[in-house]
Amino acid sequence: MEFGFTTAAYVVAAVLFILSLGGLSGQESAKRAVWYGIFGMGLAVFATLIGPGSGLWLLSVILVAAGGIIGFVVAKRVQMTEMPQLVAAMHSLVGLAAVFVGYNAHFELGRVLAMDETARDALEGFAALLAHKSGVEQNILRVEASLGIWIGAVTFTGSIIAFGKLAGKVSSAATKLPGGHLLNAGAALISLICLFWYLGSGGLFPLFVLTVMALFIGYHLIMGIGGADMPVVVSMLNSYSGWAAAAIGFSLGNDLLIVVGALVGSSGAILSYIMCKAMNRSFVSVILGGFGGSSGPAMEVEGEQIAIDADGVAQALEEADSVIIIPGYGMAVAQAQQNVAELTRRLRAQGKEVRFAIHPVAGRLPGHMNVLLAEAKVPYDIVMEMDEINDDFPDTDVAIVIGSNDIVNPAAQEDPNSPIAGMPVLECWKAKQVFVSKRGQGTGYSGIENPLFYKENTRMYYGDAKQSLGELLNRIS
Amino acid sequence: MTPDSARQLQKLGYECLIESGAGSRAEFSDADYEAAGVKVVGSAADLWGEADIIAKVRIPTLDELDYLTPEKTLITFFNPGGNQEGLDIAKEKGASVIAMEMVPRISRAQKMDALSSMANIAGYRAVIEASNNFGRFFTGQITAAGKVPPAKVLVVGAGVAGLAAIGTSTSLGAITYAFDVRPEVAEQVESMGAEFVYLDFEEEQQDGAATGGYASVSSPEFREAQLAKFRELAPEVDIVITTALIPNREAPKLWLEDMVKSMKAGSVIIDLAAEKGGNVEGTVKDEKVVTDNGVTIVGYTDFPSRMATQSSTLYATNIRHMMTDLTPEKDGKINHNMDDDVIRGATVTHKGEITFPPPPPKVQAIAAKKQEKPKELTPEEKRAQEVAAFKAQTRQQVTLLAVGGGLLLLVGLVAPASFMQHFIVFVLSVFVGFQVIWNVSHSLHTPLMAVTNAISSIIILGALMQIGSGSVLVIILAALSVFMAGINIFGGFLVTRRMLAMFQKS
Repeated sequence: MEFGFTTAAYVVAAVLFILSLGGLSGQESAKRAVWYGIFGMGLAVFATLIGPGSGLWLLSVILVAAGGIIGFVVAKRVQMTEMPQLVAAMHSLVGLAAVFVGYNAHFELGRVLAMDETARDALEGFAALLAHKSGVEQNILRVEASLGIWIGAVTFTGSIIAFGKLAGKVSSAATKLPGGHLLNAGAALISLICLFWYLGSGGLFPLFVLTVMALFIGYHLIMGIGGADMPVVVSMLNSYSGWAAAAIGFSLGNDLLIVVGALVGSSGAILSYIMCKAMNRSFVSVILGGFGGSSGPAMEVEGEQIAIDADGVAQALEEADSVIIIPGYGMAVAQAQQNVAELTRRLRAQGKEVRFAIHPVAGRLPGHMNVLLAEAKVPYDIVMEMDEINDDFPDTDVAIVIGSNDIVNPAAQEDPNSPIAGMPVLECWKAKQVFVSKRGQGTGYSGIENPLFYKENTRMYYGDAKQSLGELLNRIS
Repeated sequence: MTPDSARQLQKLGYECLIESGAGSRAEFSDADYEAAGVKVVGSAADLWGEADIIAKVRIPTLDELDYLTPEKTLITFFNPGGNQEGLDIAKEKGASVIAMEMVPRISRAQKMDALSSMANIAGYRAVIEASNNFGRFFTGQITAAGKVPPAKVLVVGAGVAGLAAIGTSTSLGAITYAFDVRPEVAEQVESMGAEFVYLDFEEEQQDGAATGGYASVSSPEFREAQLAKFRELAPEVDIVITTALIPNREAPKLWLEDMVKSMKAGSVIIDLAAEKGGNVEGTVKDEKVVTDNGVTIVGYTDFPSRMATQSSTLYATNIRHMMTDLTPEKDGKINHNMDDDVIRGATVTHKGEITFPPPPPKVQAIAAKKQEKPKELTPEEKRAQEVAAFKAQTRQQVTLLAVGGGLLLLVGLVAPASFMQHFIVFVLSVFVGFQVIWNVSHSLHTPLMAVTNAISSIIILGALMQIGSGSVLVIILAALSVFMAGINIFGGFLVTRRMLAMFQKS
């Protein structure tokens, strides 16, 4: 087969990928869009396999199949609540693959350069591509390859740490080595020096140092970011894995890699931007980790948290006409989504209006709550975004907060000294009554006191979300 | 004290005593009290002698204060602002006196806010009293015997009493209007089913929260606007209930003689501010007068006493809550904690010292002042803003394009053509990516991540290209990459499909 066919297949695949991302604008079109993506991927792999320069295709097919089986099993087994971990783990694979491919480019370049003219002419495929590069082009290739390796390595360790934090295997608190961000800056500087060294010498050692530095940055950067900022981290790593692919695409001269890498990279970047905006924080402050210091003493919280038992909540729900449920990470932790869905079904069967209000950063992954609710078969047309539903709270009889804290914190609006001041929040306290299902009296991830719990129309329904909702279900038919 | 509250007090570890016949006016007999475990004492004097904590309603007389000793605690209405003599005696005796009207207005203390309890009753009773003196139905009816128009009620002052009056009046079916100098209560008024009377008056409105939720004195211009509005309403309304009080001042005169004159015969005015001189010109304290044009003005000040059972129950509950706060250990011993905002605020004498007036409470429980609404823009201003925004946007875009283009040119100068080709593809893809991703719905962000994850394993192409050409090391690394990307492709797409299949419409 000639290059022409492969290139044509790449164009088709690129269009399919764009369509598959564009299709995610709606739930129904999304189902079709995945097929575009799958087909595009299949076409791209097929075209590459039969295209010029690839050998050992039997081995390749076997390896893809083996990886595919693992992927299949993982995808079937994974719980929807574990989705953030899975996504993070998969990012790390892309990162590592980018590192390997980058190294290969280096080895190949070395091998090709060592050959004489006749041998070079006999080469085909990737090596042939390398053989025809001029001096400047070789240097550019080195830059591209090391960039790909660098981003890939950051993505790799970063994703592993993110995975550990999300899976609870690493403490989710923000921890830094002494020296903090200076260490990162230093590592980045060394990487840059290594890049020039590598350009000058073309040796393996500087590339190796560069990789180690990148691995360290990935580890240290993500260790320094607290649990509540995970949505940003995951989407950021998503973005990085895309940029790594694009950089590798440059070094291999493969346009499809560049296109897809850029698509993924910009997608992740936009997601990070949306998440940051939802927390009213700049991207830099999230990356630098921890919540910003408050500019003055926080507002005194007056009053007491008043507890209520299942009977009280059941009675209030019995009397309510409209209910808004605000799920948070706590619902995911307690695996309470099935009970929430059952409650919703029963209340809706009684003719009550039940809706869900989702804050953009609820959960540990962008859109995490939507997926959990969808898993529990909550129809997506009653699941609303913050902007859609915030104005409806004053007309709502009961708002139920399940395992969320900072996203319903009125201090963001009322207390200019609060560390989350200015962050858009769900104004659930405007509902006639608010029930907060919560494990205990503690503060949320950010450690900020929540005046919502002390409001007069708020009742605290303590206990594990799954159990307390189960008790509630016993009382509502 | 009611039999119910006595039971609760006993749970706190106290022994309860009551003066014989004290509950009779409120339909609580001595036998009821005895059944609740209360010791009935013959005379008030014995009671004063025997009890350590005395709860009372009316301001104590000087004789009564003589009974006090340093061990005793007196809980009562005390009027500390106008009862210096009483304060001095209590101070000399060394007793602790808690004045119920001094309970601070914070949310935690609402359960012991006796003033609110009493105001609630007064508001309710005011409407009942008005209907008693009013010759018609409150509600409009169309009967076989003809049409009955609904009564029109105006409530002036939407505090606790005012709101109670509004609620009672609307539930009787009258058309109710309400007025208050604090515009922030309009929402509460409307929630009770009444219509808030807005003044056409521009003024820096006072902030109710600054004065602890009470009204304060208004400017002369404001007052004029207010009176003009009332003058306009006076011929229309059948019943006027005035509840306007300003703390520590004479009640403002809001319903002047000419307004009374312009009202229809048979109309009724209930002046709940009669105690402080009345809001209405012509009010006589504790009496009902009928003017020459047939308007009845009621100036009773004892509305709570007219509903003795209800007011006793509420007051007893207020007292019980106060006792609960005073005995955190539930051991029947008073812990007079002067660091507690509520207790500190209500205590007027303690350990031989006058502790009145109290320092301001730390927190105000009044709704925060409404955030100022963004000013309505005139069309021209809007237009100007749009133009400015458009210009700013244009400038920003042009700058970005210029800088981007410049950088691109610079790169183009040094980089070879083959690189530039790829670079153009890259830049265009980023653009396409940005355009496409902005349209992705929020709820599909997780599937988006999964799918981008799957397609980012396009890196497999690179590995596939390398696997065939070169050394063993390259083959091993490439093979590993192919393997990992394979996991990702299948895992990513499958998980996306699984998620999307779950999204269902109702």
